[in-house]
Amino acid sequence: MAVCIAVIAKENYPLYIRSTPTENELKFHYMVHTSLDVVDEKISAMGKALVDQRELYLGLLYPTEDYKVYGYVTNSKVKFVMVVDSSNTALRDNEIRSMFRKLHNSYTDVMCNPFYNPGDRIQSRWALLPVSDPVQVGPAFCVLLPSFCRTCLAILVAKMQPFGKQGRKGLFKL
Amino acid sequence: MDASEEPLPPVIYTMENKPIVTCAGDQNLFTSVYPTLSQQLPREPMEWRRSYGRAPKMIHLESNFVQFKEELLPKEGNKALLTFPFLHIYWTECCDTEVYKATVKDDLTKWQNVLKAHSSVDWLIVIVENDAKKKNKTNILPRTSIVDKIRNDFCNKQSDRRSLPLFSRCCSSLRMPWCSTTSWTPSSLSMWSTSGPGVSVPPGALDCWVFLSCLEVLQRIEGCCDRAQIDSNIAHTVGLWSYATEKLKSLGYLCGLVSEKGPNSEDLNRTVDLLAGLGAERPETANTAQSPYKKLKEALSSVEAFEKHYLDLSHATIEMYTSIGRIRSAKFVGKDLAEFYMRKKAPQKAEIYLQGALKNYLAEGWALPITHTRKQLAECQKHLGQIENYLQTSSLLASDHHLTEEERKHFCQEILDFASQPSDNPGHKIVLPMQSFAQLRDLHFDPSNAVVHVGGVLCIEITMYSQMPVPVHVEQIVVNVHFSIEKNSYRKTAEWLTKHKTSNGIINFPPETAPFPVSQNSLPALELYEMFERSPSDNSLNTTGIICRNVHMLLRRQESSSSLEMPSGVALEEGAHLLRCSHVTLEPGANQITFRTQAKEPGTYTLRQLCASVGSVWFVLPHIYPIVQYDVYSQEPQLHVEPLADSLLAGIPQKVKFTVTTGHYTIKNGDSLQLSNAEAMLILCQAESRAMVYSNTREQSSDAALRIQSSDKVTSISLPVAPAYHVIEFELEVLSLPSAPALGGESDMLGMAEPHRKHKDKQKTGHCMVTTDHKVSIDCPWSIYSTVIALTFSVPFRTTHALLSSGTRKYVQVCVQNLSELDFQLSDSYLVDTSDSTDLQLVPLNTQSQQPIYSKQSVFFVWELKWTEEPPPSLHCRFSVGFSPASEEQLSISLKPYTYEFKVENFFTLYNVKAEIFPPSGMEYCRTGSLCSLEVLITRLSDLLEVDKDEALTESDEHFSTKLMYEVVDNSSNWAVCGKSCGVISMPVAARATHRVHMEVMPLFAGYLPLPDVRLFKYLPHHSAHSSQLDADSWIENDSLSVDKHGDDQPDSSSLKSRGSVHSACSSEHKGLPMPRLQALPAGQVFNSSSGTQVLVIPSQDDHVLEVSVT
Repeated sequence: MAVCIAVIAKENYPLYIRSTPTENELKFHYMVHTSLDVVDEKISAMGKALVDQRELYLGLLYPTEDYKVYGYVTNSKVKFVMVVDSSNTALRDNEIRSMFRKLHNSYTDVMCNPFYNPGDRIQSRWALLPVSDPVQVGPAFCVLLPSFCRTCLAILVAKMQPFGKQGRKGLFKL
Repeated sequence: MDASEEPLPPVIYTMENKPIVTCAGDQNLFTSVYPTLSQQLPREPMEWRRSYGRAPKMIHLESNFVQFKEELLPKEGNKALLTFPFLHIYWTECCDTEVYKATVKDDLTKWQNVLKAHSSVDWLIVIVENDAKKKNKTNILPRTSIVDKIRNDFCNKQSDRRSLPLFSRCCSSLRMPWCSTTSWTPSSLSMWSTSGPGVSVPPGALDCWVFLSCLEVLQRIEGCCDRAQIDSNIAHTVGLWSYATEKLKSLGYLCGLVSEKGPNSEDLNRTVDLLAGLGAERPETANTAQSPYKKLKEALSSVEAFEKHYLDLSHATIEMYTSIGRIRSAKFVGKDLAEFYMRKKAPQKAEIYLQGALKNYLAEGWALPITHTRKQLAECQKHLGQIENYLQTSSLLASDHHLTEEERKHFCQEILDFASQPSDNPGHKIVLPMQSFAQLRDLHFDPSNAVVHVGGVLCIEITMYSQMPVPVHVEQIVVNVHFSIEKNSYRKTAEWLTKHKTSNGIINFPPETAPFPVSQNSLPALELYEMFERSPSDNSLNTTGIICRNVHMLLRRQESSSSLEMPSGVALEEGAHLLRCSHVTLEPGANQITFRTQAKEPGTYTLRQLCASVGSVWFVLPHIYPIVQYDVYSQEPQLHVEPLADSLLAGIPQKVKFTVTTGHYTIKNGDSLQLSNAEAMLILCQAESRAMVYSNTREQSSDAALRIQSSDKVTSISLPVAPAYHVIEFELEVLSLPSAPALGGESDMLGMAEPHRKHKDKQKTGHCMVTTDHKVSIDCPWSIYSTVIALTFSVPFRTTHALLSSGTRKYVQVCVQNLSELDFQLSDSYLVDTSDSTDLQLVPLNTQSQQPIYSKQSVFFVWELKWTEEPPPSLHCRFSVGFSPASEEQLSISLKPYTYEFKVENFFTLYNVKAEIFPPSGMEYCRTGSLCSLEVLITRLSDLLEVDKDEALTESDEHFSTKLMYEVVDNSSNWAVCGKSCGVISMPVAARATHRVHMEVMPLFAGYLPLPDVRLFKYLPHHSAHSSQLDADSWIENDSLSVDKHGDDQPDSSSLKSRGSVHSACSSEHKGLPMPRLQALPAGQVFNSSSGTQVLVIPSQDDHVLEVSVT
């Protein structure tokens, strides 16, 4: 399980940051902020070498005594940072990758919310971190869309069909 | 070695765990090699071939050697790595085959069997070569033979290549924090290696171990790499530096080396325990001047030494982080350093690190770190005695919602405490930015258009949102106002301001953005336009490009976030104009504050700064943006007179609105408007006239009675008393007397009357109303000059007249056309002969005395002319009809009737023309295609009259005759006139004189055909000087079938309109030759008695063609 997840805007301000336990919030804020140094390094290194590969997962950013910090960057340069407990050996690379993928999907859902202004901080009532299941990062991030909005988006998706099934799949996931 | 006697429980692997290697065989031999082995083995790098295609790594490894016991071996299926031995070594020194065969082989076999029973396949047999023994027994077989024997006896083929991968697996289980960044493993792992989870470790021991490990690794790197290599690998080593710094810091805190007073006895005990736990320094570094071990020992030995080492490490780390661009990490280490300095009571050194970190967090908008760092900075600034900075930081913290209510109140109280201190320098002000204290949310003007006249009262209500957690008493809130005069701008005239400047009066100020870095969203979108510049001469393209229209928005200087921390950027403006509000308590949240001001000088006032003073602390909003302005105007008194309706109608009472704008003039009792009366315009005085008095903003109103006195020349209107900058409005009824349009065209009996132009009348088109201007001169009390007002009235009617004949009986028809939008009631129509000839009688044929005339409709009146003796040559008539608006009730005054004067001339019928068509002889009816005879009978009806006396009249033997030309024209092409269609006749001027003309005509169609027209012209001799002439002969020779010749003369005989001009067709080809002229007889003088008659024409029997016309 992740002890802290953060979504950081292209301009490096936090869009969303939640940690558990909450009493040590500040420590995680500092940790995530410091990790941006490595994220930046990795992105710039990736920019040169791996432009075509589109590898969003940045891997382990750096370890500390008690935590491991992992990074992920979307194509729009929004960064995801996840802190996991070092003692949790169940979380290997593949698990971390899948957690990031879920987080990315949830973030996409938030972006689809017509009431959400891209660039604003994500204020979610359901912003609790998963406690037990490491693969449940997604629902923690969920923002419930009003049903009529979902209908609107369904229509939109229907209209986007001519673009091909693959084309807009990620963005208009309902 | 004893620690491994008991199997360790399979729990979380900690760093102290090492792979277990069992030792069997010669225990003495093993004990003798163990020290060398345990030291040298880890130094040898090994290749770790990793699975899943990962790159191989070079690792260093050490093991835990234990004595072989069967109980240690794992049960079937247990794959645990660390709790069970994974490699089994058999040690032997044997070099004698006899000894081998006697004991060693058996022992080895037994050992192998035990391993096989537990499925352990990873083993190693070590044969130690002993030079001393070799020398003693030179005769014995060389050692190699023993090796060969053992190989033959125990080794199958794969055994010797198993060892390396096993060691590699072992390494992967070792968990080092820097595993991913470095391949170096500290060699001093053995120090605390025996401390398993069950074993208690003194606090700080792990920190010591990590510190030493880090430094040893770093030292090793420095030892084997050159400077350039080290520099290029900082990214990989800086983590260790940072880690070591962190550990040293925690050791320092633990041992009381950072506290202000130095370590206490408990701290010292702890330090002694730790130092003792370090044990003796390893021999290979013991003699060097610098070693991690010495460094740690020294650092823990005294406060000063710790400080030195800690600062060295911190600075080195910060430097390295900065050099590789990891600014955030550098700032974070710097913050730790700042904390250290604060503990050491050196806030002046801490400040720069805190400021640096804060700036970084502000720039990237990390709220929690901002709050935390700011709190630290506040403490630092307080220690440093930076009052302004401290108050500024305190105000930011007091408004920070990430803090608890208590913390916020604390910082707020700090400000209030300072503010309430009696200052040594009473005039001294501490100026702080307002934003963190309170925010200006909106502003509301009263009057809402923010326009006020000189002397007027303006209210400005602002909403300030206090960010403080407690109510704050503010001595005064001041708005600094900038005054400017823009006299030349038309937008600043009183008229424009009071009428056009409309707004809802509320100005909203954008909420200050939270600590939020400038993102792309907050900037306006680029407004890009294509730009083409063409050459003015040939319009060819000179330049093209793209321009950004809103570059001023995009390139506007951003408020740098650092200025929030620097109160020095705020300057207090001193201005002459201030709006002030004293003793206000700002409650947390929104507060309404009202400023009242009396306008003095006209001009534009711009609100510049907003200041709130709390004791000696002034919170200042340096720029109020968006720009807020109010205007003060002064105005000259003015009078406007305008019609209430779109246009004024003449003849009926019309309302006119008088508007007196008092401006700076105060209307006193007795002030009046003096209207000099225009001759044809009446001002109707009503008994109950009332005036409305408004303020300029139209907010207040009252009404007052209006006294109007009228004399012959002057109408005096007493104005109600009104203060300055008010508007008096009242309505007056005026009546433009209908003017009498005079005589129409002189000789034209049936022409339209020309409008009378007694005044400056305007007539645009035939259907526009005739207008009349009336000028009124008004004397106003505020000026010695008269104001001249022009009012334009439109005549609602247009009148035309016509003369109708029936033989010799004559009728006058008057048509009244209503051009206005109103309906009228007409009454009492009269037509009188102004020349008063007693002989003439006008007999009305109109039945109704009252008649409505609707908008855009006409009404006709007809009178019959009767006379007994000789009719007058001309008739002067005046038509008059009373009218009143149909919709209104009884009017207060009696209205003058509408009159129309006209002249009718030559109205007496002189000739009667009668045409008849007879079928060919022997036939009953005319037939198409057969010639019929047309007989025209022209009869003179009167003896010689005045009108006959013209050039055509000839006298012979007291008999008068005149020359006439007749013409037969058939415009409808029903008839073909055969032979001459016209001719000149000499007509005796005597009653009942008759002339008969015969012609042949042929009907072209069957049916009831109207007769062809017979026209009569006066034939004047050629010696006249008229320019427009016609050769009668050539005229006569013309083909009379030409039907278009008189296209402008409609065949409709009822049309009595004639142009009254000389016939001018075909005149161009005979220009300049003396020719006789033709003059059409006025229509009244000729009566066509056969007009309207028809002749039945039947189709000819041999018609082969039937023409069918389908429409």
